[in-house]
Amino acid sequence: MATSFQSALQNLRETKIWKSIFRRGPANTNRTRSLAVFGNLFLHWLPVKVREKSLRVRASYYLGSISFLLFIVLFVTGILLMFYYHPAAPHAYRDMKDLEFVVSNGVFLRNLHRLAAHLMVFAVFWHMFHVFYRGGYKPPHEFNWVVGVILLLVTLFLSYTGYLLPWDQLAFWAVTVGTNIISAMPVVGNKIRFLLLGGNIVGENALLRFYVLHVVILPLVAFLLIGIHFWRVQKDGGLTVKPKDNDGKE
Amino acid sequence: MSDAGNPPIPPARRSAQAGDGITRRDFLNEITLGALGIAGLGSVAVTYQYFSPNVLFEPSTTFRAGNPDLYPVHSVTFLQEQQVYIVRMPEGFYAVSAVCTHLGCVTQWKADAEMIACPCHGSKFKADGTKIEGPAPRPLPHFAISLTADGELLVDKLQSIKPAQVFKL
Repeated sequence: MATSFQSALQNLRETKIWKSIFRRGPANTNRTRSLAVFGNLFLHWLPVKVREKSLRVRASYYLGSISFLLFIVLFVTGILLMFYYHPAAPHAYRDMKDLEFVVSNGVFLRNLHRLAAHLMVFAVFWHMFHVFYRGGYKPPHEFNWVVGVILLLVTLFLSYTGYLLPWDQLAFWAVTVGTNIISAMPVVGNKIRFLLLGGNIVGENALLRFYVLHVVILPLVAFLLIGIHFWRVQKDGGLTVKPKDNDGKE
Repeated sequence: MSDAGNPPIPPARRSAQAGDGITRRDFLNEITLGALGIAGLGSVAVTYQYFSPNVLFEPSTTFRAGNPDLYPVHSVTFLQEQQVYIVRMPEGFYAVSAVCTHLGCVTQWKADAEMIACPCHGSKFKADGTKIEGPAPRPLPHFAISLTADGELLVDKLQSIKPAQVFKL
């Protein structure tokens, strides 16, 4: 069984199509393994080699990876939710209710999106504290630390813009309060609030603006910054590894 | 930064530039950057204009509050759409904003406790808008009241007045 599967795989690798996609032989030497990473769009910004120490749980608790995984979950569930959601009043509230009570598996997707969002804020904060307390912001990682802080702000802003979309009482008053905090900023506060809401009250314009920010602009910014963030980890010499990362065994 | 990759400037061109001390390359670079800068500033300006709506479909800031006889003496009436309390006391009328001066929540008139309370963060006000307690930094503002030609109350929310200016019939 195993051998027939292996020979089938071998035959597939001999085909012209396979060879046109993967322009290399089997990854059985260090060189071909490196080429496999370099030649793949989705892998090329990751390190070719990783120190075993940096893979230990204590080194990172995988918090960055967990944050990214949650972001992917949010991306997929978010796109699926968009198929049933109109960013307009009064549809928005009805659509949210429909997703809860009418649409097949809608409540599952909505709760997955909501819980993943809560968890992502938690994971990103924990990631930041972990990096901070082990000195991960020190040279040569200063730039990546700043990118990370911006990613934290993007995460919070994604959370906040998503908060309005159910268009219920909680959403409405949370955004009323939040945008009034913005207007406390000297000189430009009221102008920023006006631009963000597209008016003076939390109304249809505000819902549409928050929707566009939530589903287009902020995810694009997040994807771009995540790409830079991952790439810089490699360029800055991998994860910060300390002697104590040996699971307590020095 | 480095011009190492560029070919050396031929003597003929160098002599043509000797007078003004600026090379053609630098001149064109600066002109291009300047033009791009102006275009960039213009784009920011028109984008800002685009994002500022010119027409808003929001409740009017000036509204009729109906015949004065609708409001009995010693009464506080909440107008939901306009978010204003019409208060009638023996001395006259005042229109008090229902929007909390703390973070913009809409307050409620508690008739049994005879006070205006904010559900968000617990600010409390008297019927005339004076602050009793809570995080609210200021009393609730009063709006100007006038009478229309057919004898209805007209409230202008853009015109804040001093609480002492009571509207008398």
